[in-house]
Order: sequence, then C-alpha cells, then structure tokens
Amino acid sequence: MDILEILLTTGFWAATLRIATPLIFGTLGELICERAGVLNLGIEGIMTMGAMAGWMWVYQGGDLWGGLAFAAFIGMLFGLLHSGFTVYLGLSQHVTGIGITLLASSLSYFVFRMLLPDATTPPKIEPFQPYAVPLLSDLPVLGPSVFTQTPMTYLALICVVVIWYGLNRTPVGLAVRMAGEHPLAVEAQGIDVLAVRTGAVMVGSALMSVGGAFLTMSAFDAFYFGMVNGRGWICVALVIFASWRPGKALLGALLFAGIDALQVRVQQVSGAAIPYQFFLMAPYVLSILAMVVMARRAAYPKALLAPFRRGDRA
Amino acid sequence: MTAVLRLENITKRFGSLVANDSVSLSLARGEVLALLGENGAGKTTLMNILFGHYVADEGRVEVEGKPLLPGAPHAAIAAGVGMVHQHFTLADNLTVLDNVVLGTESLWRPWQNRAAARNRLDTMSSEFGLTVDPDARVGDLSVGERQRVEILKALYRDARILIMDEPTAVLTPQETEVLFDTLRRLVERGLSIIFISHKLNEILAISDRVMVLRRGKIVHEMPTSGADRHILAEAMVGHTVTRPKAESMVSGAPVLAMQDVSLRAPTSGVALDHVNLVVHAHEVVGIAGVSGNGQVQLAELISGLCRAESGSMTLFGETIANPTPAKVVKLGVGRIPEDRHAEGVIGEMSIWENMISEDLRALPISRRGLIDHAAARARTEAQIERFDVRCPGPDAETRLLSGGNMQKLILARALSREPGLVLANQPARGLDEGAIAYVHGQLLAARERGAGVLLITEDLEELLALSDRVAVIYQGRLSATLDAKTVTPRQLGLMMAGHDPSEEQTGSGGAAA
Amino acid sequence: MRLELRESPPIWLAGLAPVLAVAAALVLCAGLIVWTGESVLEAYALLVKGAVGSRFALAETLTRATPLILTGLAAAVAFRAKLWNIGGEGQLYMGALAATWLGTGALDLPAFLLIPLLLVAGALAGGSVLIVPALIKNKLRVDEVVTTLLLNFIILLFVNYLLEGPLKDPMSLGWPQAAPIVDEGILPKILAKSRLHLGFVIAIVAAIAIWLVMRFTVWGYEIKAVGLNARGSAFAGINVNGTIIRTALISGGLAGMAGVGEVIGLKGYLTLDLSPGFGYTGIAVAMLAQLHPIGVVVSAFFLAGIYVGADSMGRAVNIPTYLADVLVASSVLAVLVSVMLVRFRIRRG
Repeated sequence: MDILEILLTTGFWAATLRIATPLIFGTLGELICERAGVLNLGIEGIMTMGAMAGWMWVYQGGDLWGGLAFAAFIGMLFGLLHSGFTVYLGLSQHVTGIGITLLASSLSYFVFRMLLPDATTPPKIEPFQPYAVPLLSDLPVLGPSVFTQTPMTYLALICVVVIWYGLNRTPVGLAVRMAGEHPLAVEAQGIDVLAVRTGAVMVGSALMSVGGAFLTMSAFDAFYFGMVNGRGWICVALVIFASWRPGKALLGALLFAGIDALQVRVQQVSGAAIPYQFFLMAPYVLSILAMVVMARRAAYPKALLAPFRRGDRA
Repeated sequence: MTAVLRLENITKRFGSLVANDSVSLSLARGEVLALLGENGAGKTTLMNILFGHYVADEGRVEVEGKPLLPGAPHAAIAAGVGMVHQHFTLADNLTVLDNVVLGTESLWRPWQNRAAARNRLDTMSSEFGLTVDPDARVGDLSVGERQRVEILKALYRDARILIMDEPTAVLTPQETEVLFDTLRRLVERGLSIIFISHKLNEILAISDRVMVLRRGKIVHEMPTSGADRHILAEAMVGHTVTRPKAESMVSGAPVLAMQDVSLRAPTSGVALDHVNLVVHAHEVVGIAGVSGNGQVQLAELISGLCRAESGSMTLFGETIANPTPAKVVKLGVGRIPEDRHAEGVIGEMSIWENMISEDLRALPISRRGLIDHAAARARTEAQIERFDVRCPGPDAETRLLSGGNMQKLILARALSREPGLVLANQPARGLDEGAIAYVHGQLLAARERGAGVLLITEDLEELLALSDRVAVIYQGRLSATLDAKTVTPRQLGLMMAGHDPSEEQTGSGGAAA
Repeated sequence: MRLELRESPPIWLAGLAPVLAVAAALVLCAGLIVWTGESVLEAYALLVKGAVGSRFALAETLTRATPLILTGLAAAVAFRAKLWNIGGEGQLYMGALAATWLGTGALDLPAFLLIPLLLVAGALAGGSVLIVPALIKNKLRVDEVVTTLLLNFIILLFVNYLLEGPLKDPMSLGWPQAAPIVDEGILPKILAKSRLHLGFVIAIVAAIAIWLVMRFTVWGYEIKAVGLNARGSAFAGINVNGTIIRTALISGGLAGMAGVGEVIGLKGYLTLDLSPGFGYTGIAVAMLAQLHPIGVVVSAFFLAGIYVGADSMGRAVNIPTYLADVLVASSVLAVLVSVMLVRFRIRRG
C-alpha cells in the first residue's frame, strides 16, 4: 500500500477531520486573541482545563452540551485572568501565558485527583456520537466518512465561518482588529480598548477550552494526564502559518491533521523500519517548519505584545 | 457670543511634574483659538484631558454649557469634540473606510452598513475638498492624505469643535496652506477650532485669538490682530532665548562621500535611489524632507545599522563596505538618533551605563571583558559636568531624565570624542527653546572645531538657521545641494512635494573650498 | 483607575515583592485545601516539616533544588536578554544524553578529568539545541517561545527512541533505560546517608559565576542591554544577534548541566523520567527570583521545598500532591503582580 492508496481511503479523510477539530478550535481561539493584540500562551493549559472540565461535567451526570458550555465558561474565566494580567496590568504576555498554562494544567490535575482520588484506570463517559448529515453523507466515496462526524467537528467548521464573518464584517470585529493594529485609534474613537481586548481574549480562550473538551468528549471518552500533549503550542504555530486569517487557519489545521493521519497510516505500513518515535515527532517538526516557511511573509498584528495603558504619556 | 467650550481650572500632575496648573479657557463658535507653547508646556496634556484620554486631577470641562464626563473619549465625541492627534491614530493595515467608520456604529450590530458609510464619506470629502480614496490602505497614503483622513474622521462624527494638535509639523509649507484653507472653510460652516502649535507664523496666519501656555500655566492671552512674533516668542519662552546661527566659514576636506547609494525599503519599494552626497569638514549640510521619504534609511546607513545595496560610502577617505555601528563610531562619527527613547538610550539602565555604551569594549572602560566601574563612573561624572546634564547622579535611571537632559547625555556621548562627522537626525525634536539653543550651539561648535555635520530635519527654520548647504530628499532621491543663504522655505516646500527645483534655482553642488 | 510609573521604587518594597507574592499564593491555595476538607494549618505544617523538618528532609530538598538552580539560572539569563527560552526541559535531556553517550564507557579517564568533561559536553549539547531557535529568531523573527516548546517534545521523543533502541541497556530487563555511568563519572555524595551530591556545589558555583558575569562583564552588560532595548543596543554598537546567540549558549548550557547532574549525580543512568519537569519549573524559579542569579538559589530551594514537602504531605493527608504545582504556578502569577505594584503606583483617574 503506498501513500496514494492511503489518500484514497475514506478512513484517512475521516481521521483528518477528527484530528483537525481540536486544532481548528484552538487556532481560531488563539487567532482571535492575537488579532486583538494579545498573545495567549495560556492555550496549552486552557485546553487541558477544558478537557477536564467538560469531561467532569458529564461524568458528574450533566449532559454533553452542558459540558461543552461549562468548558467554554471555564475557558472564559482563564481568559479573564489572562487579560486581567496582560491587558489591564500590562504584564508580559509571554510570562503571563506560561504562568496561566502552569496554573490551568496543575489545577486541572488537582481537581481531577480531588474528585476521583482512587481511580486507577481512568473512568469513561458516553461521548458525542457521530452524526450522519442527511443527503451529504449519502454522497459516493467520501460522503459517508467525511459527513459522519461528531457534532463538535461540525461546530468547529461553523465556527470558522462565524469568526471570519465576525472579524471582517461586523463593527465589533473591526474594533478587535483595530485593537491589535493601533489601540490608541480605538480609544480615540471612544471605544474602550481594554474591554475589546478582554472580550477577545475571553472568547478566544473559550474556544481553546472547547478544543480541549473535544479530546475527552468526542475523540476519546476519558481524561488522561498530559493528553493535550503540545496541541496548544501547535495551534500557536498554526496561527502564524495562517497569517491570522480564519480561512487559512482551517486550511492549516486540515493540512496538519492530514499529515498526522497519513503518518499514522504510513507507520502501520512501514513496520519497524522507521522507529515510531520519528512519526510522532512529525507534528512538532512540521509546526516549526511551518513557522519558518511563513516567517518572511508573516504580517503580525502591529500591536501584538504591546500593552496599552490608558493615559500613558506618549 | 456664547462659549461652545469652557475649561475651568484644569490641573493635572504626573508624579512630581505639574503638567497643567489651573488652566482655564473658553472657545467661541466659529473661532480659531491658537494654543501656543513650547514643547513640554502642557498643550497636548490639556487637549488630552478635554478629549478624555486623561482625567484631570482638578477642574471641569463644559461643552455647550453642559459638563463633560471626564476620562471618556466617547463622551467627548458625543458632545461634538473631534481631535486630530499629532501622531495619527490610524491603523496602517486597514482601509480608509475602516478607519473612519470605527466606532460610528453600535458595536453589537451584526453587520456593517458599508454602502451607506461610503456614500456619506464621499459626500463629505467632496463637500470639504478633502479627497481621499475610501478603499486605499492607510499605510499607502502620504502624510498629507493621512491628515485628511484624520479630519474626515472627526467630521464624520459631526464634530463641532476640532482640536488640531501640531498639525503642520509633518507638512510642507504648501500643504500647510491647503490645510489652512480647509480650516477656514470649516470655520465658515460654524465649526470652532483649537489649533496647537509652537510655530509663530502659522499661529499669526490662522488664528483669531491666541493663548500662550508656559510650564503648564496660561501666561498670556490676546487677539491675534494685536500680536506679533516678538510678543508671542517672549511670552512663550518667558525670556529671550536666541538660537545661534551659523557664521559663514570656509569648508575643508570631505569627511563623508556617498556615491550612487541605493537601498530597498524593508517592506516594499525603494528607500534610497542613487543618492549622491558630500559633507566637508567645517560645514553643516541640511537634509529636508517630509518624513518617510528615505531619511530613516539614510541615517541608518551612516549610523552603521544597514548597508547599501549598491553604490559606495566613504568616511574620511576610507571606503566602508560593511558598516556596523561600532565600526562607524570608531572611525569618528558622532551620532544623534532620531528617537531618543527607542534608540538613543536604554531607559532602564543608569546614566553611566548609557554614557559608556559606545565604548564598552575599549580601554579604559573595559579590560579583558571586565568593565571598570570606577573609570566608567569617573568619565560619566566629567561628562555630566561638561555638558550640564541635570540629574541626581551617574546611578540614576536614564528614563527619568527630561527630554533636554537626555539629549545632552546623547550629545555628551557623541561629541566628547570629537568626531569628524556628526550625524544629527532631528536633534531638536520635542525639546524646549533653551535645550534647542544648547543643541544648536553644540552642533555649530563641532563645525567650528572642524567636523562636518549632516543635519536631517523636518523643521525648515532649524534647517536654514544651521546649514551651509541644503538638499531635499523625496521618495528616496536626494536633490542637488543648494546654498542655504539663498534658498527660500517656499522653494524647499515645492521640492519636498516632489517638484523640480531647477526651475527656480540651479544646484550648487560643490561648495568645497 | 490607572497605573503610573514610580520615579524611584523604594528598595524595601522590591525585596518584599516575592514574599508578598508567595503569601498570596499560600492564601489562594488554602482555599483548595479547605475544599479537600483537611485543616489548612495542619497541611501547611506537614508541608514545611516534609521540606525542612529533618536532616533527611532538608537533604532531599537540597537534592531537588540542585537541578532547579541550574534550570532557573538558564531561564534567568535568557529572560534577561528577552530570549524566551521555554526549552529548558529539552536542553536538560540533551545534556543528560551527552553525559550518557560519553560516560557509559566510551571514555576511560580518571574522575577528575571525566566529570568536568561530562559537564562541559552536557553544557555544549544543551546550548547547541537552543542555538537553532535563537538563529531562527535572529534571521526570521520566529517567536522562540513556540519553537523551544516544540523542541521539548521532539527531544523527548528522540530520547525515547534512543532508550528503546541504540542506547538501551541490555541488562535492564526490558526497561527503557541506558547503561549506567561508569564509576569514574559519578559525582561524589557530599552528605553522608543522603542523596545530596556534588552537583549542588556546582550549581551554587554556577549561580555565583553568573552573578559575577552579569554584574561585572561586558557580556553581562550586553545581555541586559539587549533585553531592555534591542534597538538602542544595536545603535550603540552592540552586536545584538551575537549577544542572543551567546545568551542561548549560556542558557542552554546551564540547562544541559542540570541534566548531566541528575544523571551522574543522582540516578546514575538515563531514563525517560529523569526530570519531572525541572525545565518548566526553572521558569518559575527564575520568575520568583526576578531573574537575579543569587535569588535563583533561594527560590530554587523554596520551590524544591514545596515539591518535597507536598510529596510527604500527600502521604499523610488526603490532599493531591498537585497542590505543589498549583502553589508554584500561582506564586509565579502573584509575583508578576507584586513586582508591577513595586514599579507602578495605582492612581485614580
């Protein structure tokens, strides 16, 4: 079986969409934060928190959609914390982000252990089930696999459109973009820059959290330690790869997931010829390459990383 | 005549500095009020309070008889106040239309009404003669066009009171005339204008009434018809400061020669286009131009921060292929950067650390990689004394220095080694009169001593007062040099806008002895 | 409400900042302890007892502090130059790998030569992996936070591969671990009946050396200057890219030495669980020390105490030991705020 054959299997395309889903959420979330001028390196921790919180909600008897909303809410709280530090106090976005990641992930593990002290094998929940989209899933060849995904994958795709529209076609989206380009211009128009940035970071963090929740509520059915495994950092790289555009973010996530899905399949075929660790490195190596390749063309939001302090003397 | 705007007893402190000290003013409908004061007098602070960027510690603002909510730009906008900031508040990566409509629609509306906005903008631009393409990226516009966008932004929000903060600082004399026509048209329609400036002739030309601000206080107020340059200058500075003027002097051998130097801009286009330039010992060559026409790259080249892609640069007879700042300094170039805070000093380091930053790897400051703190401090103390830097001592943090003292520190670092070439990029920007006179005096003293001085400035008054020869840079091309004694600001203005100078005066390139 | 820069922050306030921050973190985590149903005071007492309550506890804490001092210095030096090196974990493993490669029999040297050689090799290995992100940052302006983070994952997988493949000890009964370090390569213990080894002294010496470099040398000046204002440094004639590379070598080298120390001082052989995140905790150490090299020693000791103490507390009462991580993370965030309150004053309006 060669690579072409793999590309023609329906399982490959279904896997690509599945692997892409958390990356789509995470990348969109990071993208919104950065468009407003805030680098959110809390993403890795917030995704861990989302994975734990959503799962725990369902495990405690809540329903799946409620769990998703809960994960989004918790994500927002961490977003609020992040923006409290970086937007209102103007602290280093790098250091704060790392701090938020440390806090959110350690808190996730603490809470998990607290509520389930004795669990040796991770308990399971009943996750989201694949849903076949009427008509589309009847399409020949790829229809059944691509259009039989869990609702969260469809939600991710809808988010791409909504966020593209929101950023580019609404007044609030314009304010967010302007806050990332020239915050003083936003304030000079009588809009509260700090509120705009905070809002963007909160919404972005909610999306990250939902991306994490996908792992425990859709892709798998349990919460493991270290299960986010660098996906958050990959999303940060994907934002650069996507030049801060939602459409390209989708493309980047799919490309990335496609290569990941391919890697798993090639690995099965290649047997022991190439050690499996090298396949597992692929996503991380690819992320670095993606950033290096796109670096020259990267048009960073101009005010990214720059705190805005009201009434500062220029 | 009722006042459309009234400020009462505004006081604002920044730490120990009193920026505004119980300032009161009122503005009548259809009036142009000039607010005159030198840099640091508190003009911009006052207007930022009016517009809600700052909150005053004391005092109140009334618009049309109603008190204005402090610290809220949206309240100021709603009350009909519009502000054109000195540093434009426009996002380069967005279109004109985006920049104008921001904040005019309810944020929570799920769509934008772009067609209506475009119509309104088009109508306004033709009505006020402020033509600009709504779909152009702001970053692609000229400085004059950006200012038009700023004015349109205010008008789009139905501003009745327009604050113009140093609007002419970035314009050519001709563009200034156009701006004044626009302002007169606005006043005819009943707008009231506060015009902030430190340029006397402009204030005399445009305003009805003038208020002079000095050290945060209103010290003088009179109708413009009764004012003249002399009265205003004295009121502004408080005492007579005469800026030094260049005495004529015979120039010496070339210290800097650039031949056909070209350089691409970091983003796109040409930054320097076959530039030829010679600076001799004992002369000041002034470079005029609207900002963004290649001055940055020219200065970076001579500072050693970038290298030419083609052409050659010769310093003191030696051809420099790969300049670095360290190499250039060692050869004997003293550099005064455009932006004191971003380039000139490292604000969070001490004064002594900044004083030695160009000699880090040289004796006696360091030996085998170890810094000799005693030697560094001794040198700093001597320089502080010699250049009259007012500071608590060599260990004070540099960011705490006033603009003038920070510039003196930079002058001390650059000039004390008696460089053969001095690169002075906007050396007087943002300084008060006393400091300007000091800086100019030091530059002329360097020239007297035998240095060649390359002066890059947007201030034509400064340019003509100091230079022996002047040239204009426009879109990366440097004109031939003209004799500073015969060239007029009008001529320079035309050249700054890209017109051919040969119609008015022929170049006098080689003023060498 | 707005913030205003203080003209000269009082010195006592600057020293107080981390103390206040830790106090705030302790109070916040007290909330978590209350939630577990245990007594806050008892829990904290157990933690302190577990950290410094006995000779054994103290020795354990110092042993744990050893790698943290080095990774803390690694972060502190890099952060001074605003080189955001989050790759300490990977660099640590690279150092450990170098020690394993040279110290398991490849070289037949007496201890006084082999040990310094292993340390240098580890430092070079750690430093060289940070060169790549530093170069990419210099040449292409790619944010080094993400590249150094991603390199951690790559290096860990690489170590995993080596331990299951070429470096696997045939005597290890199937466990993925490397062959033991030869006796000449092992650091001597410095306290009887404890695990405390010479690496601790090496770490202290490193801290003092870094302090001297930062305070008295041209290199230290340049690192500080580049971090505070890269553009201004370049203008003054400092080679900014060169300084970044030099900083990367020093920072990665320190983290690499931490890995060497763990292998030849503590474990004796390389495994995949050599470091429980020392590279990441080093960032917390550096932040808490406000990037001061001597402060790093204090804060490394403090954080090591939290981890060692929390382990022992977790055995005695029903509180998950993850409390230590939460405590450390919230200390880091709290110290950011407290440092800012020292530099700024809050003003109305």
